Amino acid sequence: MTNLLNINYYAVAPELVLIGFAFLVLILDLLLKGRDKAVLGYVTAFGLLVSIPVSYFTNEPVSFSGMVAADSFSAFFNIVFCVAAFLTTLISMDYMKKAKADRGEYYYITLFAVIGMMLMASANDFVNLYAGLELMALSFYVLVAFKINDNKSVEGALKYFVLGALSSGILLYGISFLYGYAGSTNFAEIARAASAGSSQNMFLILGVCLTVAGFAFKVALFPFHLWSPDAYEGAPTPVTALLSVGSKAAAFAVFLRFFAGSLAVLQPHWAMLIWVFSAATMLYGSVVGVSQKNIVRMLAYSSIAHAGIILIGLLVTNDKGSSGVLYYLLVYAFMNIGAFSVITLFVRNNGKGANICDYKGLASKRPWLAFFMALFMVSLAGIPPTGGFTAKFFILASAVNSRYYLLAGIAVVSTVISLFFYAKVIFYMYMKEADDASVFTASPGAALYNVVIVISAVATVLIGIFPSVFMDMAVQAVKPLLM
Amino acid sequence: MTGQFPILSILTFFPVAGALFVIFFIKKESLNAIRWSALGISVIEFLLSLYLPFTFNMTEPGFQWVERHEWITRFGMSYFLGADGISLLLVLLTTFMTIICVLASWTDIKTKMKSFMALLLFTEAFSLGVFLSLDFFLFYVFWEAVLIPMVFIIGIWGGGRKLYASIKFFLFTFIGSLFMLVGVLVLYFYHGKTTGVYTFDLTVLMQHPLAPALQVWIFVAFFLGFAVKVPMFPLHTWLPDAHTEAPTAGSIILAAVLLKLGTYGFVRFSLPLLPNASIQLAPVMIWAAIIAIIYGALVTIAQKDMKKLVAYSSVSHMGFVMLGIFALNIEGLKGSIVQMINHGISTGALFLLVGMLYERTHDRQIDSYSGLFKAMPVYGAFFVITVLSSMGFPVTNGFIGELLVLLGAYKAQWYYAVPVAVGVLLGAVYLLWLFQRVFLGEYSCKGHAEHLPLLNLREKVSCASLIVLIFWIGVCPTPMLKVMDASLNNLVKIVERNTQKSALAAVTLAEENQRYGTTQNQGAGK
Repeated sequence: MTNLLNINYYAVAPELVLIGFAFLVLILDLLLKGRDKAVLGYVTAFGLLVSIPVSYFTNEPVSFSGMVAADSFSAFFNIVFCVAAFLTTLISMDYMKKAKADRGEYYYITLFAVIGMMLMASANDFVNLYAGLELMALSFYVLVAFKINDNKSVEGALKYFVLGALSSGILLYGISFLYGYAGSTNFAEIARAASAGSSQNMFLILGVCLTVAGFAFKVALFPFHLWSPDAYEGAPTPVTALLSVGSKAAAFAVFLRFFAGSLAVLQPHWAMLIWVFSAATMLYGSVVGVSQKNIVRMLAYSSIAHAGIILIGLLVTNDKGSSGVLYYLLVYAFMNIGAFSVITLFVRNNGKGANICDYKGLASKRPWLAFFMALFMVSLAGIPPTGGFTAKFFILASAVNSRYYLLAGIAVVSTVISLFFYAKVIFYMYMKEADDASVFTASPGAALYNVVIVISAVATVLIGIFPSVFMDMAVQAVKPLLM
Repeated sequence: MTGQFPILSILTFFPVAGALFVIFFIKKESLNAIRWSALGISVIEFLLSLYLPFTFNMTEPGFQWVERHEWITRFGMSYFLGADGISLLLVLLTTFMTIICVLASWTDIKTKMKSFMALLLFTEAFSLGVFLSLDFFLFYVFWEAVLIPMVFIIGIWGGGRKLYASIKFFLFTFIGSLFMLVGVLVLYFYHGKTTGVYTFDLTVLMQHPLAPALQVWIFVAFFLGFAVKVPMFPLHTWLPDAHTEAPTAGSIILAAVLLKLGTYGFVRFSLPLLPNASIQLAPVMIWAAIIAIIYGALVTIAQKDMKKLVAYSSVSHMGFVMLGIFALNIEGLKGSIVQMINHGISTGALFLLVGMLYERTHDRQIDSYSGLFKAMPVYGAFFVITVLSSMGFPVTNGFIGELLVLLGAYKAQWYYAVPVAVGVLLGAVYLLWLFQRVFLGEYSCKGHAEHLPLLNLREKVSCASLIVLIFWIGVCPTPMLKVMDASLNNLVKIVERNTQKSALAAVTLAEENQRYGTTQNQGAGK
């Protein structure tokens, strides 16, 4: 480490671009009046688009004295964040107007949330990680509560905030133990200390357990999931989409970098912990999801179940498992945002469409929308020829390869149970007739939704049928991790 | 391989293109255009599939018209299609029965005709994909994909308990397939670890059988996937519901094609890949098949609803097929392939006939009818021939199939033949009794004092074409037997060779286990 600080702005170029756009939106919000404010959403979306190639070309593995690792791994995640935020921004413009919450803050807070996620993905030091995590979390607390006149929105945000603050505390507590153990907050230093010293060190064990609890909260693993159904249900639906995809992906990025990367040598020791988390989360999410009547809550539990399955890939600390996680998160971003876009399209008008039974007879009134929704459900359930299937396949393959047969079996059982509620949506849409078809009449302002839905659908199918390209990208991305 | 006419891809994807054409270019109000184009597409597809028997090389035991393209090279998956004598026959059955399905749904389908025809064509395409894939991953993709159109066909156009029936069908088959997927993965990784070649290519996987102990576990996983589709006792409970609630065309394609996917899976994958487990578990499978035959027949006798009766008779008939496969000799295998085709034709025809009656009266109860022969003589004639074929009467197709299965069973163990013969007799009981109750005696039909409308030309043509097949196979089965001869001999040879080979594999696997255990024993895995 010749240059002690090693300040390298290229390493944080994607973040800088987004910060620039965030401030631009902030200023525009002050300057523009009335109807001109519609431009804010487009500026935000444009900023996110610009950030994609910037992320792609950023490659500065060691900068800021090892605190930032802007490698292919973080690039992959940054692209996922930007795509997810881009798609959700497109659907939120009209939604926010309809929800009477169309304020400029929404857009730059979204951008700050994405910046937080990016910091997490490239963090190679707990200090940096914590800063990113808090930036993301604080932004989301605000975004979830954005419909301030809606009790559910505020309630969800409050739950999310209180539990989130608690989990941050636990995470910090864990970090302090790890610092005490290794004498540094840097991942590389902790890894060095861990491989040199005894694995039975009390500080290390406490540190690992507590940090796992902190991350588990962000990923919404059972039993740290309590906030998620309420926050998902209360939040403006586009925010839910971003929360379920972006926040989860960011937490998995950290999980992977710290556990599969730095603590890989201790895998036999932390494996049991993750194994139990994974099994419990998969089963809990799918079982509880079955009884949900509200479609957003159903997707919240589905998201919990998916997190459990993704965790299997984390447990398998080789390129198959880790790249499986990345691939899964990419697919999940598209299929989940697609599903949420369809829901947003309906709830925006009068709040109808929040329950699964509201989708009765959608197929005969709006065949294309029903088709896309069915496609997303099929993909979430993991049925070919969609991306959801290949993603699940890669994770299961990595589990079987590393001889986690029982866990693979549990994943299968959980998938089967969750099929029940995905199929329920399809059955309601296609096999029942509507009581009141007026819900489904097309209303103006749907163009952007349709764009997002079509993009997500095409991506979901394309990734499913030609997984090679995306798998290669994922394998490239995890290379620096497994060195 | 390059520059060859990609007939198999065309066969698989032509119905998809046809379905998309129907969806995008035909208005949903113009019912006749939809019907005729669906008929046109299925007829063209059938004519295309006739390319296969005319260019088939009977002496070639391996796969023909092979197409292979890179797909997911990292995991050794490829787009790999090919057909041999076994798949050839099933492909022809599929393309032919699809035409019958289109004809059967001509007026039977009252709503959303466009979506129905499109889904029917999708079902055809994916089923063909299953019969033609030689890459295990590709096979699985098609295998699962078939589910979706079928679930919609049952769930949207079905009868009173359609939701229950389609959910049950969906869950049963999905659970089974997922366990099969885990089995496939275990097979793939063990093959990769022992030989260094990670591939889903069936022809490569067949070269290196696994250790016998492991085979049993994979066999069980495959069994869950395949047996649900067959369906084997005791996994058959979805079948009566699905069949009874499905529209006529749905029942026909379910019986004629989808059930064959399961038995085809056993023949194509379980036998050559897991020969030791197949031999070891053959008695279990045979007894399960015998239970299916006898139990299925007894339950069939008790049915009051005609469609349910035909559905339960499927359980019994598919038992014959399974028995033939696990008799593990050439006669049994031949018989079971013939029986697969026969069951497709005869049961398909029975569903078609019951559907025609239902369309006229909306009543399927056996008690409601008697003396129908007098009212609808042509219909009665078709029915009696189909019944005779289904019970295996000489000169019809059923005879040759059941005879071969019986022979195979006798050759395997003489006492297997006893319950099988009883099953054949019971088959005659329920079918003839059904015929006697519905068609003989004085004419009466509940709610319809006047005579029912006679069969129209469309109905006559679809029945007659099936009757022609029934007699054709019954009178000269030689071409059909010849077609599968080389492939089945090859299959038996592979099973024999692999049985011996896997003793060797056991040794290498033990070494592998030891090595793996010391380097990578990761506490929590198991």
